[in-house]
Amino acid sequence: MKYIDEFRDVELAKKVVGRIEQLSTRPTRLMEFCGGHTVSIMRSGLRQLLPPTVEMLSGPGCPVCVTANADIDKAIALAGLPDVIVTTFGDMMKVPGSYASLQQARAAEADIRIVYSTQDALQIAKDNPSQSVIFIGIGFETTAPTIAASILQAESEKIKNYYVLCLSKLCPPIMKALLDLGELKLDGIICPGHVSVIIGSRPYAFIPRDYGVACVVSGFEPLDILMSVEMLVKQIETGKPKVEIAYRRGVNPQGNKIALELMDRVFEIGSADWRGIGVVPASGLKIKKQFERFDAEKAFAITLEPVREAKGCICGAILRGVKTPLDCKLFRKACTPEHPVGPCMVSSEGSCAAYNQYESV
Amino acid sequence: MKDETILLAHGSGSRLSHDLIEKNLLPPLTNPLLAKLDDSAVFDLSGLLAFTTDSYVVSPIFFPGGDIGKLAVCGTVNDLSMSGATPLYLSLSFIIEEGLTLGELRNVVGSIKDAAKEAGVKIITGDTKVVNRGSADKLFINTSGIGVIPTGVDISGANAKVGDKIILSGSIGDHGIAVMSQREGLKFSVPVQSDCAPLNKLVSEMLEASRHIHCLRDPTRGGLATTLNEFAQQSGVGIRMEEEKIPVHDGVRAACELLGFDPLYVANEGKLIAIAAPNDAGKILAKMKRNKYGTEAAIIGDVTAEYKGKVILKTRLGASRIVDMLSGELLPRIC
Repeated sequence: MKYIDEFRDVELAKKVVGRIEQLSTRPTRLMEFCGGHTVSIMRSGLRQLLPPTVEMLSGPGCPVCVTANADIDKAIALAGLPDVIVTTFGDMMKVPGSYASLQQARAAEADIRIVYSTQDALQIAKDNPSQSVIFIGIGFETTAPTIAASILQAESEKIKNYYVLCLSKLCPPIMKALLDLGELKLDGIICPGHVSVIIGSRPYAFIPRDYGVACVVSGFEPLDILMSVEMLVKQIETGKPKVEIAYRRGVNPQGNKIALELMDRVFEIGSADWRGIGVVPASGLKIKKQFERFDAEKAFAITLEPVREAKGCICGAILRGVKTPLDCKLFRKACTPEHPVGPCMVSSEGSCAAYNQYESV
Repeated sequence: MKDETILLAHGSGSRLSHDLIEKNLLPPLTNPLLAKLDDSAVFDLSGLLAFTTDSYVVSPIFFPGGDIGKLAVCGTVNDLSMSGATPLYLSLSFIIEEGLTLGELRNVVGSIKDAAKEAGVKIITGDTKVVNRGSADKLFINTSGIGVIPTGVDISGANAKVGDKIILSGSIGDHGIAVMSQREGLKFSVPVQSDCAPLNKLVSEMLEASRHIHCLRDPTRGGLATTLNEFAQQSGVGIRMEEEKIPVHDGVRAACELLGFDPLYVANEGKLIAIAAPNDAGKILAKMKRNKYGTEAAIIGDVTAEYKGKVILKTRLGASRIVDMLSGELLPRIC
């Protein structure tokens, strides 16, 4: 058992597709919340295999894509301060903010470094004691525990020049916000895999209960996703929506206790600014008062120009699932991976990048 | 004794430069043409010639399965081979950042010697420059190469014909992942070695098996997907391949999962793609499998009249999708 090949088994996949065909009797609209799922679906060509009754929409689950221009502007402004090193995940470098990207800021001599984890950022802080090192803390519940751990480590090791620009966002509240918008008329949601490793499946319970929408937590291999679609279709056809886990090898209902405790120690719930959706109350994490000396927003004074949005870019509507990249006039014309206009073309998990890279025939 | 380092003076034309060349560079690489140390190497060649050049700036300069020296020889030997040429002579030019240790340089030169010996090519002219710290990254190498094309060989990316078979010489992605695994800030241990190798003997054996090889290319930067797109566009044909026929080692696959890469786009330095007439593909493949650099060779697809200028991949699940060229990605310098 290698836990990869088994989930790409073609014969098994065909059987599952056959069962979905038999089960599905009416138009069914599903959303894969997570960008990782979108990439897997596009890469394996899974949409082509599903019966025409099953429609798959892509959701807002790409942490780079949902980062608002205002927050990117903040990161760039911080990078422009003297004696500051900004550290970030690589995907953020090319995302255009209101006036520039981090990549352009770096070319204009800001000290911005790509890291692969908060551990790298802490190490840079240790190696450069006379400078302030700011980590751009984007991501969902998947990355939040590692950011919390880095703050606790900085405290215990007395690393005084480490800061976090905390942009962490939460999945269940934004799902609620999307459902409340009522634009989509969803029948089911493929819930994120890695996020659910941390939070478990219980936080989704309100979705079937209050909205009558089916939920299945899925892994990332094609067969994981097909199994999840089958479970969703079964729930929908029988009219009994609930929360189920297809990703049993990674997720349990109660989540990862240690990670949740770490988050709870360092963060409190706050509002977050989502691209295309706006400021949503209680959908993000803020650094608690007790740790505020690590909070870059509190430690540094920056002035910001008014926020601007790129003209013609429909990333916001794509993130809400109401449009696909193919609906965008800029897609593959003015907006390409080389010259991205919106963030969904930048991140490897962005819908536009996935549609561009894995076009079906 | 502390390992001696290269100083700016080693490139100044002084006695130090002479010592560096005479003691460290010449002895391992020497041959009658090089030993003359005139301003140019003078030699006699006739027939159809192939000439190529490439600069090597890989970081780090040592990686699992090779180093910048081996790469500088194999890369240029392979570029000549992909035109069907028999590589004969190389030039070798070093740009050294001051502070490189003499030991590191010696190791690189040792690899150059070994790779040139294996490929049967001679280094016949060279140059050494030393630049200030920060003006280069440890060591850059340029090699140019010259080779002779046997009569009757006509290989070009524009020669693919409908019905031809696509042959891949082995697993993909090993070089890119081996280099990336050593990248600063991203160190992870994978049992992956660079596939860096001279392919000229493999090519000459393939040409012995059949002269109906229409296209040959080594899928370096941009990987298999980019090279096949080049063929499709240059030849004005479609290319159809099957995901399950493409060999990918487990370590490469796992690292790609982790990093979010697609092995189709990851660099290789010891693999080739051949497009050959359908009737000869079988015997070319059989010959390849007997060469140590072709044991995992496979026919991965064919050339079609449909989808002109595009590459189509049949996924494991049986769906089809377009495989585009690599678009700009954040990758380290890998060659």
